[in-house]
Amino acid sequence: MLAVGLAAAGIALATVFTLTAMKDSMMFFIPVSDVVAGEYPADRNFRVGGLVVDGSVNREPGSLEMSFRVTDLRCELPVRYTGVLPDLFREGQGVVAHGRIGSEGDFEADTILAKHDENYMAPEVAESLAEHVSEQTAGLAEGSGECTSP
Amino acid sequence: MIPELGHFALIVALALALCQGILPLVGAHRNDATLMSVARTAAQGQFVFVVISFACLTWSFLQSDFSVAYVANHSQLALPTPYKISAVWGAHEGSLLLWILIMSAWTVAVGRFSRNLPAEFAARVIGVLGLLSVGFLLFTLLTSNPFLRLEIIPPDGADLNPLLQDPGLAIHPPLLYVGYVGFSVAFSFAIAAMLTGNLDQKWAKWTRPWTTLAWLFLTIGIALGSWWAYYELGWGGWWFWDPVENASFMPWLMGTALIHSLAVTEKRGLFKSWTLLLAISAFSLSLLGTFLVRSGILVSVHAFATDPTRGYFILAFLGIVIIGALVLYAIRAPELDSSAGFKPVSRETFLLLNNILLVVAAAIVFYGTLMPLLYDVAGIGKISIGPPWFEFAMLLPMLPLAFLIGVGMHAAWRSQPQGVLARRLRVPALIAVVVGVALPGLVYGRSGILVSVGVVAAVWIMLSSMLEPWRSWRRERGAAAMPRSMLGMSIAHFGVGLFALGVTIVSAFNVETDQSMRTGGTVDVAGYSFELRELRNAEGPNFQAIEGRVEIRRDSELVGEVLPQKRQYLVQKNWMTEAGINAGWNRDLFIALGDQLGNDTWSVRVQYKPLIRFIWLGAFIMALGGAIAISDRRYRSGA
Repeated sequence: MLAVGLAAAGIALATVFTLTAMKDSMMFFIPVSDVVAGEYPADRNFRVGGLVVDGSVNREPGSLEMSFRVTDLRCELPVRYTGVLPDLFREGQGVVAHGRIGSEGDFEADTILAKHDENYMAPEVAESLAEHVSEQTAGLAEGSGECTSP
Repeated sequence: MIPELGHFALIVALALALCQGILPLVGAHRNDATLMSVARTAAQGQFVFVVISFACLTWSFLQSDFSVAYVANHSQLALPTPYKISAVWGAHEGSLLLWILIMSAWTVAVGRFSRNLPAEFAARVIGVLGLLSVGFLLFTLLTSNPFLRLEIIPPDGADLNPLLQDPGLAIHPPLLYVGYVGFSVAFSFAIAAMLTGNLDQKWAKWTRPWTTLAWLFLTIGIALGSWWAYYELGWGGWWFWDPVENASFMPWLMGTALIHSLAVTEKRGLFKSWTLLLAISAFSLSLLGTFLVRSGILVSVHAFATDPTRGYFILAFLGIVIIGALVLYAIRAPELDSSAGFKPVSRETFLLLNNILLVVAAAIVFYGTLMPLLYDVAGIGKISIGPPWFEFAMLLPMLPLAFLIGVGMHAAWRSQPQGVLARRLRVPALIAVVVGVALPGLVYGRSGILVSVGVVAAVWIMLSSMLEPWRSWRRERGAAAMPRSMLGMSIAHFGVGLFALGVTIVSAFNVETDQSMRTGGTVDVAGYSFELRELRNAEGPNFQAIEGRVEIRRDSELVGEVLPQKRQYLVQKNWMTEAGINAGWNRDLFIALGDQLGNDTWSVRVQYKPLIRFIWLGAFIMALGGAIAISDRRYRSGA
């Protein structure tokens, strides 16, 4: 029984250890305005999301490199990506990207997600947009909806 | 008229479920044979009315009766007939009705095959199943009625989500539900045993085949879901650690632990209270999965808050079931303890370790699935936990488990002389090490520590599990001499080995590349050359598509032709990727169209996936092993 108990304790300990050690593989969602204001983790991946700005999608002809801008209706962030895009990626639609800020200040995405349902938008994206929709309609006159970057 | 009939039948079913849930339990308490005899009749009656209700909804789909809101939202005139039927369980309301139908069918089966159980015990089992059924019927009728009518009838429906228009997904939910719901039988057996206050080895013998049956359906259901995700979601992964997938994986892990712990309870009368706890947990996690998937809480904590009726109902139901079961457990479990002992090296020890590791695995999945939810509710931030986390964390319990399986199978009950075990397992262990070190380099030209460890574990499990059937075949000139339950166990473990081999090889040697490709151009991957011969238009009943004709060659010899498509469904306007897959026993060649980059130029994703079929094959063989074990004569003979 002692051996069994020790084994169980060892496994439990290893598990607890790993769960804490692997905190890095959790990715936070950072609203676009915060990223533009410089409030993002510099040394690890995170997620951004918002709407793809109309007319911002730019492709190198014949290549998989592309760039676009994502907006939370207050600030815009340039995003670069190389690879196959998901089926529902389109201008004016919601999008989520995983990656980090590159040397030129662009968001360098390694994954682009756009859900398979036209009516569905990632909840964190919907929420970050909702914050600024009212600003756009009401608050813009007073200048409170301005995008501020350092 | 037909939808109203279906609605009415569901209400009658609820009335019968109430009879089935209350009268037999009261009867068993008072030892009243008349009340107890209501159990089977009420269960059969409930089944008949649930079938009528289900048939009415199916009829409404087949007739495209868009006055029914559920049909209007999930079907369309041009939808092919098989998908009109599978659309019945394509969304929330209908899938609940399917859940109820399956639960009712399980109950009738329990009633039919429990004739040689003590009347009082059988009445309690069926009674508890009746109460669970009451919960789900109330949930459907009060919050998720599929028969509601629309005031204004639309001329055509909104179509079934194109993702669900696929044969794999048409049968995946029913199989998964048979498994999920099946754990309610083990749960009811546990509750009945605690109510009776009598849990002996016979109890474990009765419970085992039902648990294994539920487990094998769950195994097939999960495997089918994984297979569907692989070819239909378009991008070639087989498991995404998505909360919906995790919701089915947690009960599977617990159910697997339960099967093993039941073996100890049956053979040795040990682990009794632990077995009860596992039976309660496996079903509770099934319910929790339903809550996570159905309350909308995963989509957003806030979506849940804006329409909380469904969520609160399931949460309350979950609370009643879990707290009720645990209170009963706290009262009764101490009486059930057994004093028989076992030595540190014995089958009991290995099964105990199996249980600990599987529960740890379930706890890891639980943690990873619910942590983001807790972070959000607590306002710390919005995090996501990705596959790398799960993949690494799962190695902790799974790697030791893989090596222990091979020894545990051969250990004797009570006490195992270590010399015998070492002598018998020497050869398989040696072969496994040699194959594990040599195979990756020889076949795939590369090697690494983790790959070798994975292959050693996989080969070790496969060889070790075939040892006993092989010995028996040599002795008796036929594997038939082995008891079916032993043979089933060996085969199921062999499936685990195949699965482990598939996972190891595909994660180590998978090649994936995104490229731009024009007609006439080629992309080379892992020695195969993919040539895009032409792009053409194609049409389906409810979609239009652009189809690529791709020839795959190896050393200029034609391997096959695949037709990847980019589909646009006409009603929902969604674009969907249909991958072109050339499947082989030892590798899949995969190509999917991405976006149009210019005239005749597309972005494509090309993949080489070695041994990926072993993942699903392994799962099916595990299930097959379960089926063989159930057919053991032992379970058919009387009490």
